[in-house]
Amino acid sequence: MKRVALLGMPNTGKSTLFNRITGGAARVGNWPGITVELLSGKILLGGDMVEIIDLPGIYDLHGFSDDEQVVRHFLHDNVPDLALVILNATQIERQMSLLLQLKQLNMNLVVLLNMADEAKKYGITIDGKKMSELLGVPIFLLSGKYGTGYPEALQAITKALRYPTPGMAEQLRSQLEQDVHIEAEMARVLKHAVQIPAQLPENLTEKLDRVMLHPWLGLPIFFAIMYLLFQAIFLLGQPLQEWVGEALGWLRESALDPAFAGLPAWLSGLLLDGAYNGVATVAAFVPLIVLFFLFMAMVEDSGYLSRAAFLMDALMARLGLDGRGFVMLLMGFGCNVPALMGTRVMRSRAMRLLTMLVIPFSLCSARLQVFVFITAALFSPKAAPVVLFSLYLFSFAAAIVTALLFKGKFKSSEPFVLELPPYRFPTAYQIVMRGWLEIRHFLRRATKFIIAGVVLIWLLTNLPPSAAPAGGDTLAGMLGSFMQPIFAPIGINEQLTIALIFGFVAKEIVIGALAVIYGLSGTALGGALGQQLDWVQAYSFMLFTLIYMPCISAIATMRSESRNMGFTLFAIGWSLALAWLMSFAFYQGARALGY
Amino acid sequence: MPSTTLSTLHPGEFATIVAIHAEEALHQRLLALGFRSGKQIELIRKASFSGPLQVRIGTTDILLRRSEATKITVCRV
Repeated sequence: MKRVALLGMPNTGKSTLFNRITGGAARVGNWPGITVELLSGKILLGGDMVEIIDLPGIYDLHGFSDDEQVVRHFLHDNVPDLALVILNATQIERQMSLLLQLKQLNMNLVVLLNMADEAKKYGITIDGKKMSELLGVPIFLLSGKYGTGYPEALQAITKALRYPTPGMAEQLRSQLEQDVHIEAEMARVLKHAVQIPAQLPENLTEKLDRVMLHPWLGLPIFFAIMYLLFQAIFLLGQPLQEWVGEALGWLRESALDPAFAGLPAWLSGLLLDGAYNGVATVAAFVPLIVLFFLFMAMVEDSGYLSRAAFLMDALMARLGLDGRGFVMLLMGFGCNVPALMGTRVMRSRAMRLLTMLVIPFSLCSARLQVFVFITAALFSPKAAPVVLFSLYLFSFAAAIVTALLFKGKFKSSEPFVLELPPYRFPTAYQIVMRGWLEIRHFLRRATKFIIAGVVLIWLLTNLPPSAAPAGGDTLAGMLGSFMQPIFAPIGINEQLTIALIFGFVAKEIVIGALAVIYGLSGTALGGALGQQLDWVQAYSFMLFTLIYMPCISAIATMRSESRNMGFTLFAIGWSLALAWLMSFAFYQGARALGY
Repeated sequence: MPSTTLSTLHPGEFATIVAIHAEEALHQRLLALGFRSGKQIELIRKASFSGPLQVRIGTTDILLRRSEATKITVCRV
């Protein structure tokens, strides 16, 4: 099959174009020579199937950023039959250097000048024919946003693919010295084919930025936008999540329970409480992830994410993170899973890993449910809000401490030099496509892992078959008593330890697990907890719940996003260690003070 | 005109890039974004709390940290 590589600088609308060409039928795949996954899609062109690969956006073929190396290694080990070069027409005078670099490699090229509509608004006129003549490659103007100019471009691609590849020169590095030549040629082509007004007219972006990036107003506006986004995602998401939960519950009660009634209790338990609940766990995340990425696509495509980086960088740079990491950290307070997926906007792998290490400490809405229940049971109505607030502070503290401790280990070599794109209205198509791709990615990557995890916890809490579920005689109970020497010093008893094991599946089920363990529910459970625990123990339990790994879905996401099991295990291990240390310091400190 | 560094410019000021004293990775990135000696550059704004700078070269707006801006020698216009 012929291979077409999509190449271009960041912010050229490359991915939108890719989605349009492939019609969204893309899949993630691994390629020889590189460690990151790339999106690719197969389409029918002139009677042949052609594979199109979306390479990361790069500024410079000879650069040293992670993405630039990925592109070089990809080209080296997977020589494409054709490179489709996407340039942003509004920045043609700067972007042409990449095209000329590619041309020097003697690759088979077709050039698409994207955002032709926007260039027109800036008063930039480009003579495509003339430029094509000067450069000796086919050049087409088009608009990925509105979908104009496609048929001609596709035709040219089909034609270009008929010629055999001249063979790829392996002289990438030696070409570095030739930048002088590139500059001269750039000047020549630009002079003859492009006219740019000396002073760009003041546009909407500048007017907006004067407010959005205002020295005093910028940060309050940023927090207001984040707050609204957060509220929107979870106000819309929670009812959707409940509907999905109810629908799955109804399906179970009306169809699965009767159908499995004939099976032995242990088997139907394994299938329904284990596997089916695993499916339900996955399904519960679907509405949240779709909503999250619908809104994130809006923030990202509109150009505001780079503005957030500008506003928050002063603080985040000291933590070894950047402003975009802060946005994800905030989103983590709703749900860690989409926040972890969202770190994909960061191009430096080290910084992305550090951000992923920090996000699970964000007090998500699932943990909030546990804390609301326990504070209501053990604290006076006056003290409860203070207790909740203090947990939010601990959440931030855990994130900051982790970032400070590990920023040396995950040192980003990527310079913080970002392009600030103009504000753009993302089209509905772009937004929906993004949500769809992300949810497919999540389902494909995380489902098996999550279901396996849920089944494992079910086995732990139900084996041997003779024991009462979640009782002291089950494997989980044995594990609980085995670990008592570790948990006793932080005031957590055996029953609570079993609940913490359940908590690995999802924090939402911790209270449900306690109900099973104690054989009580609702206010009766609250009362029993209140009698058995004092506030120091309860707070220690909440601290531990706050800091250790949020849930199996977060673990699965972290594994699929980092593609590194070692890193994932490290993140789990560190969160457990930090949870124990903080609970220990709190519990022993409070006891030493006489509480 | 005496030369200074990009980080000392005030918002609204124009300057000409004189030299870039950056390590290779940063140098490459700056070149790709259009930083070249002789080019005109405008400082658009500075973020609060010693945050990054927003500069404009041609039609491109770029964010960079102050530490990186000190490596770029410019001459006020």
